[in-house]
Amino acid sequence: MLAKRIIPCLDVKDGRVVKGVSFVNLRDAGDPVENAKFYDEQGADELVFLDITASHEKRNIIIDVVMRTAEEVFMPLTVGGGIRTLDDIRELLKSGCDKVSVNTSAVKDPFFVSRAAERFGSQCIVVAIDAKRVTKEMVYTSDEPWMDEPSLKLVQLERRLSRDGLRWAISTHGGRKMKRIDAVNWAKKMEELGAGEIMLTSMDRDGTKDGYDIELTRTIAEAVSIPVIASGGVGNLEHLYEGLVYGKADAALAASIFHYREYTIKEAKEYLKARGVNVRLKS
Amino acid sequence: MIAIVDYGMGNLRSVEKGFLKVGVDARIVTDAASIDNAKGVVLPGVGAFIDCIKNLTDMKLTEAIIGAIEKGKPYLGICLGLQVLFTESEEFGVCRGLNVFKGKVVKFPKGDLKVPHMGWNTLDIQKRPPIFDGIEDKSYFYFVHSFYVVPEDNGIIAGTTDYGVNFTSMVWKDNVFAMQFHPEKSQELGLKILKGFGEFVKKA
Repeated sequence: MLAKRIIPCLDVKDGRVVKGVSFVNLRDAGDPVENAKFYDEQGADELVFLDITASHEKRNIIIDVVMRTAEEVFMPLTVGGGIRTLDDIRELLKSGCDKVSVNTSAVKDPFFVSRAAERFGSQCIVVAIDAKRVTKEMVYTSDEPWMDEPSLKLVQLERRLSRDGLRWAISTHGGRKMKRIDAVNWAKKMEELGAGEIMLTSMDRDGTKDGYDIELTRTIAEAVSIPVIASGGVGNLEHLYEGLVYGKADAALAASIFHYREYTIKEAKEYLKARGVNVRLKS
Repeated sequence: MIAIVDYGMGNLRSVEKGFLKVGVDARIVTDAASIDNAKGVVLPGVGAFIDCIKNLTDMKLTEAIIGAIEKGKPYLGICLGLQVLFTESEEFGVCRGLNVFKGKVVKFPKGDLKVPHMGWNTLDIQKRPPIFDGIEDKSYFYFVHSFYVVPEDNGIIAGTTDYGVNFTSMVWKDNVFAMQFHPEKSQELGLKILKGFGEFVKKA
């Protein structure tokens, strides 16, 4: 039976892990490769590097990080952040990563996803969706047109919001910009265009440690037939369980609980296994 | 030397580094002569079956690969390197494969399960190949694919995996070992397979 995946995520800036932890038993706590090896030993199922390097000139540093990681760690590796062109994807795949995740580039040009999937295969194109619950205030203050429904008037929008109850819109640029795009429709569209997987982050929960947005996760996991990775808000092991079982996610991503060594991957998996979730325990 | 055939499909670097990690001399090659000169052949690759066959044909590699198999050289197929061994695939109509084994490549049925089949799943060993030293039955390996092989000859089935259907995830016949999962992405158990293949090549 297919196991539910536990995926630690590392934020990498200019080739260094941000929020490096000094008390950890690593030779260099800021080295992404050392961190990758650490998670590998604990039996992580995959690894995500989120490249938050701001300057475009320094973007090739992540290539070097991926190359060095792929020499030491033999598990699936995803890189996200700042991917703009098919060449960016090609360079990353060539250096040893298996999947790339795109967000802003997909929103700017949804067909970027289909071109990437045609060229490299759907299996390596992950679409990252940063979703946020819609409130009336947010809709009114946003000056972005509805990209998927340009003709929709605000009155209609308001009616739809009250009719449909809760909805989620997507954001780009790491949550700094909101788009009037329905997150559920967007997920379906991304699947249609060839995305192989959805990495779904609740921007309301991200960084809160209050747990995943379960309703969002389940709604999208049920709306698409490609795997969904839940992300944003994990503060304890119960949250991983909720995301995988109630949220119906195929994989659970977390950053800080693993990064700050609040829990090891092994502890997380043993906990999930004891609660009846099918996970892979390292033999 | 073992030749890892680069025909423009996917991440070969991990395969090369995996062999390096376990001390096996394997190099990425792109031409038929290098395949002829190698002691063993590895065909990795993820993506579409049709592109795989097209690239192999364009690069004039199909004969070298079939020739190596017929000469009894050890062959390790990974993912697409398993699928192309069969007669035909139903992806994009019908596409002919290398026909080393009789059988078809078919898509997972639409249903409750997500496609691609992506992640760690267990391998039920039906027939233990000699490159599987130290690997227990029902161990987890990393999969990522939407199609699977259906061999006509059940005798070549070496491993199966359950994902809604119980599909053939590994075949073995004489010098040919091929698996749907990715040993180069399956941590130390995967590396054991690469090492096992390296040792098999040495003895061959």
